[in-house]
Amino acid sequence: MGIEQPKTLGNGFVTTSLDKLVNWSRAKSLWPMTFGLACCAIEMMAAGAARFDLDRMGVLFRASPRQADVIIIAGTVTKKMMPVIRTVYEQMPEPRYVIAMGACASSGGIFDTYSVIQGIDEELPVDVYVPGCPPRPEGLLYGLMKLQEKIMKERNSFGAAIGVGEVVNEA
Amino acid sequence: MSKQVVEKLKEKFGALVLAEAEYRDETTVTVERGEVVEICTYLRDDCGFNFLSDLCGVDYLGRAPRFEVVYNLYNITIKSRLRVKVLVEEQDPRVDTVSGVWSTANWHERECWDLMGISFNNHPDLRRILLPEDWQGHPLRKDYPLQGPDREPYQGRLS
Repeated sequence: MGIEQPKTLGNGFVTTSLDKLVNWSRAKSLWPMTFGLACCAIEMMAAGAARFDLDRMGVLFRASPRQADVIIIAGTVTKKMMPVIRTVYEQMPEPRYVIAMGACASSGGIFDTYSVIQGIDEELPVDVYVPGCPPRPEGLLYGLMKLQEKIMKERNSFGAAIGVGEVVNEA
Repeated sequence: MSKQVVEKLKEKFGALVLAEAEYRDETTVTVERGEVVEICTYLRDDCGFNFLSDLCGVDYLGRAPRFEVVYNLYNITIKSRLRVKVLVEEQDPRVDTVSGVWSTANWHERECWDLMGISFNNHPDLRRILLPEDWQGHPLRKDYPLQGPDREPYQGRLS
């Protein structure tokens, strides 16, 4: 005789890998930096407002880079603005992600001129490019969902967080 | 209204007024570069042009005095306008500052120097105003490469 052991852990338990837990928590609370540069920022605001409602996906705009996980480069990046963007980016805690929103942030767009950076990827590591001039809010929404998918595919994200090895990104 | 001002100006300064033009009720006078401060002070004090609405540089690449500095004046009291131009040589382009006459000229002249490379003598603070401080060159000049000096110029679509 003995005490009956339950065959499962019960309803209150879920088993998963630490990586998946960490990735899930990161992907489902992507907080972007409130940072707009040009007309793309208007579409970004529209995406955040009631009709498209980024909040329902856990995407809440934060007014401080210290609280942000992702920076959406929404607009034309001039050479004079670049030191500011770099400072904001460096103030964000790791892991941090970059979305290049629109033609200007991706490639310089129509501004093929001396004062404009020809794509933010010359300066920052970009995770997702969103095409359009400007992209519609659905486009930005899709880009954020692609970033969530990318985060969900990361391996060793828990190990990297406690200082064991690096994050493995397999496309 | 502005025509009378031009007559007054010619009476007072004579040969220092190099040219005058009238086009669509807009009056333009070209004056001697060295005396621009005296002429501007006279226009402010005795002709009532108490507002400098704009100051800008123009690049006529290929013409003999290559640059021009244009002063757009406004008389707030009687609502009349006058345009004053000075011609500036390509070699050592310099004009005396009028920031002592209208203090708004301070930033306008900084912009003109920043983008066009025209210096202003006795300016209190001639720094770059729009471009980064470490910028080389003056990009609004017609011979400045559009895509910047460190890039190949655009050749048109290759396909």
